[in-house]
Amino acid sequence: MLPAGRHVINVCADRYRFAVGLTAAMLAGKVSLLPPSHTPQVVRHLRQFAPDVFCLTDTEACAIDLPQVRYPDAPAAPQAWRVPQLAPDTLVAYVFTSGSTGVPVPHPKTWGRLVACVREGAVRLRLAPGTALLATVPAQHMYGFESSVLLALAAGAALVAERPFYPADIAQALAALPRPRALISTPIHLRAMLAAELALPPVDLILSATAPLEAALARDAEAQFDAPLIEIYGSTETGQLATRRTARERPWHPWPGLRLALEGDRVWARDGYLETPTPLGDALELLEDGTFVLHGRLADLVNIAGKRSSLGYLTHQLLTIEGVQDGAFFLPERAEASGVSRVAAAVVAPELTEAHLLAALRERLDPVFLPRPLLKVERLPRNSTGKLPQEALAALLDPPVRP
Amino acid sequence: MPELASPLMRPREAADALEGELAELIVAALNLEVPATAIDPEAGLYGEGLGLDSIDILEIALVVSKHYGVQLRADDAANTEIFRSLHHLAAYVAAHRTK
Repeated sequence: MLPAGRHVINVCADRYRFAVGLTAAMLAGKVSLLPPSHTPQVVRHLRQFAPDVFCLTDTEACAIDLPQVRYPDAPAAPQAWRVPQLAPDTLVAYVFTSGSTGVPVPHPKTWGRLVACVREGAVRLRLAPGTALLATVPAQHMYGFESSVLLALAAGAALVAERPFYPADIAQALAALPRPRALISTPIHLRAMLAAELALPPVDLILSATAPLEAALARDAEAQFDAPLIEIYGSTETGQLATRRTARERPWHPWPGLRLALEGDRVWARDGYLETPTPLGDALELLEDGTFVLHGRLADLVNIAGKRSSLGYLTHQLLTIEGVQDGAFFLPERAEASGVSRVAAAVVAPELTEAHLLAALRERLDPVFLPRPLLKVERLPRNSTGKLPQEALAALLDPPVRP
Repeated sequence: MPELASPLMRPREAADALEGELAELIVAALNLEVPATAIDPEAGLYGEGLGLDSIDILEIALVVSKHYGVQLRADDAANTEIFRSLHHLAAYVAAHRTK
């Protein structure tokens, strides 16, 4: 029923259909590609990476420029079947990060390690058998892939197909599920739910990942949902690495067998369930008892709502626009009222309008990385060595007040 | 904080006032660089136009629940219409507000 191509981009929004597509691909010896976004540029790169790639979709209006296969509407005829077995070293997916030069970087995932990682997670979470997993994150993002799809496929939890968005919809969807039930979410959604002045149904477990969660928010969530909240630390490259009970503790407890070590200025992760030794994008303070404290992202890296990029990558994309003479992305210094920090950009492009620049960026970048604001300037505040200090860029937004 | 639209105003004025009030709330909540008065009430909020994304839409949902007691729902038949423009959002809020 699937085309001959060995690679599939599974964009099914319905989590059940995504899981069916994933397993169908695995059994047919195909590899699922999970890119960070579906901008035209990313899709072009994926076609170069795997010329036989096709797109499995469950929407009619899917605009991805690849051969498309619609998820069949009619249910398959019932037949007797056994749970299939896959060799642990079977390559089942490439999860992509955005990379530093514009070309997405593939991270291979084998079935055995994916399963071992989420099974360890299930023990950590004290996940009761049959727990229904309602997730506000997509199945195609590494966190959602592990915590809403693989936990169900390989650790005895129950998958929930819907992905509600508004707080009122999430509350209603949770209340409709039998217990035990879990909410798989993010700081952004948890904050929105707690602030929405809704009666929240009790759950049995809350998971949070993608961005650091404040302890006060975690305590509030535990009180209002009457459930423990476990925060997960991980990355697209490594999968899930550590957990903590954020309401009660600051240090993170790494997965058993994982080795973390400072090498030069980066912490590297090795062994555990990793496919390969991997440098981490965060500043970690390793404690003597084997736990660690997280001190935020390394300087160049940005994380907006679980989507990662680097200022270097974003700047590179800006400079590829014809007519742009100079430009740079940077982080505004002030805290955002919404708790979500955005990136800003300054650009020297006398011939181009702001609208043209934004349209060109939209073609290249995930929308969360579009600059706010995009400042058109005559020249960038480069110092005498040609470098661009972050402070000088930030000062473009908030010029120092003169007495 | 902007003053709430008075029920004594005529419908057209009340709608304009609510649009202005929503624009102020959105600009403040999202920390947008544009002044509230510069938002074209007919321009799209999502994607092109004002360029909002799903994080912003969640933030706007929070603003309208806090200020007007309106809980946005995705299964609402009108949902795709709501974010078509500031004008559409204001009309929806006007029809469903409880405070």
